[in-house]
Amino acid sequence: MQRKDWIGLFGRAKPEELQALAGHLGPMPAPDWLRPPETGSVMVRGRAGGTGAPFNLGEVTATRCALRDGEAEGHAIVQGRDQDHAARAAWLDLLLQGPRAAEVRRVVVEPLAAAEAARRHDRARKAEATRVDFETMVRGED
Amino acid sequence: MYVAAKGGEEAIAAAHSWLAEERRGRGALLDVDQIASQLALVVARVMSEGSLYDPELAALALRQARGDLIEAVFLIRAYRTTLPRLGASRPIDTGAMACDRRVSATFKDIPGGQVLGPTFDYTHRLIDFAEAAGADPAALAEAAPPLRPRVSDHLGREGLLRDEPRGDTSPPDLTREPLALPACRALRLQALARADEGFLLGLAYSTQRGYGRTHAFVGELRLGAVEVEIDLPELGFSVAFAEISVTECETVNQFTGSKTEPPQFTRGYGLTLGACERKAISMSLVDRALQWRELGEDFVGAPAQDEEFVLAHADNIQATGFLEHIKLPHYVDFQAELELIRRLRRAAAQTREAAE
Repeated sequence: MQRKDWIGLFGRAKPEELQALAGHLGPMPAPDWLRPPETGSVMVRGRAGGTGAPFNLGEVTATRCALRDGEAEGHAIVQGRDQDHAARAAWLDLLLQGPRAAEVRRVVVEPLAAAEAARRHDRARKAEATRVDFETMVRGED
Repeated sequence: MYVAAKGGEEAIAAAHSWLAEERRGRGALLDVDQIASQLALVVARVMSEGSLYDPELAALALRQARGDLIEAVFLIRAYRTTLPRLGASRPIDTGAMACDRRVSATFKDIPGGQVLGPTFDYTHRLIDFAEAAGADPAALAEAAPPLRPRVSDHLGREGLLRDEPRGDTSPPDLTREPLALPACRALRLQALARADEGFLLGLAYSTQRGYGRTHAFVGELRLGAVEVEIDLPELGFSVAFAEISVTECETVNQFTGSKTEPPQFTRGYGLTLGACERKAISMSLVDRALQWRELGEDFVGAPAQDEEFVLAHADNIQATGFLEHIKLPHYVDFQAELELIRRLRRAAAQTREAAE
């Protein structure tokens, strides 16, 4: 898993889910902000006909921030308005580039990715159970 | 042509069972009295449109419909047809009403006075974060395992479906610049995606009834979760930071060709944030009707073809802002109107007297 993948994974995670997993790493130190958390919106675009020219569909709330520890930088952009979530995500991004990377992968990234995959699988399974094979009936002669 | 279908019992049972699970949601089960008392205005709308006054039943219908207002109205109407008619009441006496609210925009001083009641008027329409702080929109999961390619790809491969030229230009944004007409398709789609469901539904229905008929079929309707990806220039890559639920409807439409286009299927497109199936379908019909110019079709004067009419009236916040302002005090305006009518009546009476 590359950096863009874990930043996205943290962004899509539920705040309490990330908090619970990150709790195993001990307390988060007071952040040295490069950019303190900022909540705003991201305009979501679609494409005409699904594949054509882009248009603006609507917005989604997002929170982003960046922090540092010496030379290292941690960045985050998360869905929603929870600034603690963004700060935690940025801290984890920073740790994943340093000596604790293996531990963070094992304790946070892997369980989080597995949980997301399980959620998606569960929903897909339910959708699959509603799949229907319709048969058309021959209309009688009038 | 309608063709009867059979089968699907298991899938339908599974769908209903999942519906029941989704409907149950999280937390304590909302009781009907909570809905009726805490969401009283939506309950009132269900009663009014369902044409049956019964707050508990309307609340029950709303809960069963997962808050979908029109679905709840449908349940009420269907239920109502099962009720035997017991008789008819005397006309009610509204003059004897015990009023919660009573205001006049034409007369300031009215016997009994102006009674605002529990109104939203004059509030600031600001979200009260102390009321429900830090609520995170629940993310829906994506159905990954079986791939479900777009239906339109099939028709497109045969060349039977009008091409949807791919582009990567930055689209205009209604939230940044005021609407300018004529609008390009991107601007129209943004406006439709923000539009009032009921308004779109009415327009879409009008095309089905013949006002600018476009012979729409639902080529594909899908609802599910998508990731939202954003470029982060400072990091030099993009990140799928969010997952949202959207509904998409693509219609294919009969098209016998025009001066500029060969006979083929054309497309209408609907896309909404969240699960809004009715709106997505409506949007795709209206989008198709608005494409008459690009397709070299005739403008037959149908409302759904009229870009200015559609785009200027589709936003319900704009509409309600103008509509509702007329209930605010217009004492001076009205006084002038009153004087005018009195003067005209005096003049008319004098003319009549003079003639007699």
